[in-house]
Amino acid sequence: MKLTDEEVRHIALLARLGVSDDEVEKFREQLSNILENMEILKQADTEGLAPTSQSVALENVYRPDEPAPSLPVSEVLANAPKREDNSFKVNAVLE
Amino acid sequence: MSDLHRLTIHEAHALLKEKKISSVELTRATLKYLESIDGKIRACMRITGGHALESAAIADKAIAEGRCSPLTGVPAIIKDNMCTRGITTTCSSKMLENFVPPYNAHVIEKLNSVNAVMVGKANMDEFAMGSSTENSAFFTTHNPWNPDCVPGGSSGGSAAAVAADACIYALGSDTGGSIRQPAGFCGVVGLKPTYGRVSRYGLVAFASSLDQIGPLAKDVTDAALVMNVISGHDRRDSTTVQMEVPDYTRALKKDIKGLRVGVPREYLVEGMQPGVSRAIEAAIEQLEKLGAKVDRDVSLPNTKYGLAAYYILAPSEASANLARYDGVKYGYSYRETTNVWEAMQKTRQLGFGPEVKRRIMLGTYALSSGYYDAYYLKAQKVRTLIKRDFDRAFETCDVLVTPTSPTVAFKIGEKADDPVQMYLSDVCTLPINIAGVPAISIPAGFADGLPVGLQFIGKHFSEETLLRAAYAYEQATPWHTQKPALA
Repeated sequence: MKLTDEEVRHIALLARLGVSDDEVEKFREQLSNILENMEILKQADTEGLAPTSQSVALENVYRPDEPAPSLPVSEVLANAPKREDNSFKVNAVLE
Repeated sequence: MSDLHRLTIHEAHALLKEKKISSVELTRATLKYLESIDGKIRACMRITGGHALESAAIADKAIAEGRCSPLTGVPAIIKDNMCTRGITTTCSSKMLENFVPPYNAHVIEKLNSVNAVMVGKANMDEFAMGSSTENSAFFTTHNPWNPDCVPGGSSGGSAAAVAADACIYALGSDTGGSIRQPAGFCGVVGLKPTYGRVSRYGLVAFASSLDQIGPLAKDVTDAALVMNVISGHDRRDSTTVQMEVPDYTRALKKDIKGLRVGVPREYLVEGMQPGVSRAIEAAIEQLEKLGAKVDRDVSLPNTKYGLAAYYILAPSEASANLARYDGVKYGYSYRETTNVWEAMQKTRQLGFGPEVKRRIMLGTYALSSGYYDAYYLKAQKVRTLIKRDFDRAFETCDVLVTPTSPTVAFKIGEKADDPVQMYLSDVCTLPINIAGVPAISIPAGFADGLPVGLQFIGKHFSEETLLRAAYAYEQATPWHTQKPALA
């Protein structure tokens, strides 16, 4: 599985990850090499098998939805890069 | 006593309980030694001396009032991906360089509830992605047995600190071997509990269906003592199970007569270092001498798919988990633009290191439209195959025994530019996370002057059986008493 520069840029865009031209080249080679090593999975006979997402097989764990105190807003916002009053401040999404 | 930092938990506890030493004395001695050698091994992201001495004073008060449980007043180092309220939790990433959590992880609450003492936060591979600690955004930790070698990873700081006697025990996290592989490389005990045994609340998420917190310790008894405190149900992690936590120290019996031990032939892999093979072979013979019934012809036929399945599952989950680092709520934030998308992309480009980016890219690809079935879904089905292998093996075996890693610690820089070679160093540990079963690595001798790790694997929630097998082997061998000569 050989990736193209275009594919690498597309994946980076999906991941919202900025990439330099050097990184595109490096990722193209490294990811192609890694994906080649994954070809082995095609040999695994998984016909009719269900996928496992939870290894200990717990399903649908419920608990009562009880109100409880949250963290103080000031503490939650203490790590915010930008804030205004009691909110996180972001760049305009629509201009 | 000047060598207090060399004590195990059970030794320190005996002295604290009889009031022969105080926690403040023990903590001071540990800090002094840690500070004196950390310039060399670089195990710590941060040494938390002031915090530690405050906790130690509180512990001494608790002890004076008759509340002295085994971890009370005993100094530990915590991997820097577990949230500590008011104390920076960096994940060894520029993204979280200045992140100060507003709450404690569940395991930290548990340690606090018995008045444990935290002396530092340990260096690690960035976001726990790596096998050598070279992926830390800040510095590489050195192996105490040979400073030119890696300590393993991603819990390399935790393992190196325990091996160097720079703390009494440590906590690490294990997604594909990140407790056991560094434990093996550094010659200490490392236990990855069954998935769901220990709460992940407050553990910075890497791959949520694989991550598990566990102890790195100087001996098996200490690992059991830590498990007694950190295990159990937590309503904030719905994957923890509602099972009672046993007293794991009751499992520590030297007798393993009749224990059915399986040797899965697929784990004696090609490319295994001859010295490692010899040590593992000698360990198997030792188990036989102790009365174990060894079956050398156990097969886990789907092992060959483990590495590929893991490197789809873990990066896929990581790409989703790490989507939260957008420069808005916390962490590094690029501010030289008013464009929302550019800000996000630059934040992630400059905040993450190369391995983290590689895995985000890989995971994004595997989950993307058109490739989901071929990669992610296929890997989830292979996960079923791997899990069935273990189920079948445990029909006739109580534990499986394997090397923890195909080689001993490698040189710093040796594999840094080759991701696939680096991934191969976890080939014996990652199928265990895929199946969610527990495993322990314990010291089993040396090859080329570096420690060899022996891995016991058990069925879900059989930590007691693992501890019993590990303890019997440990008590019959001298390995856990051997220490690196740190000049």
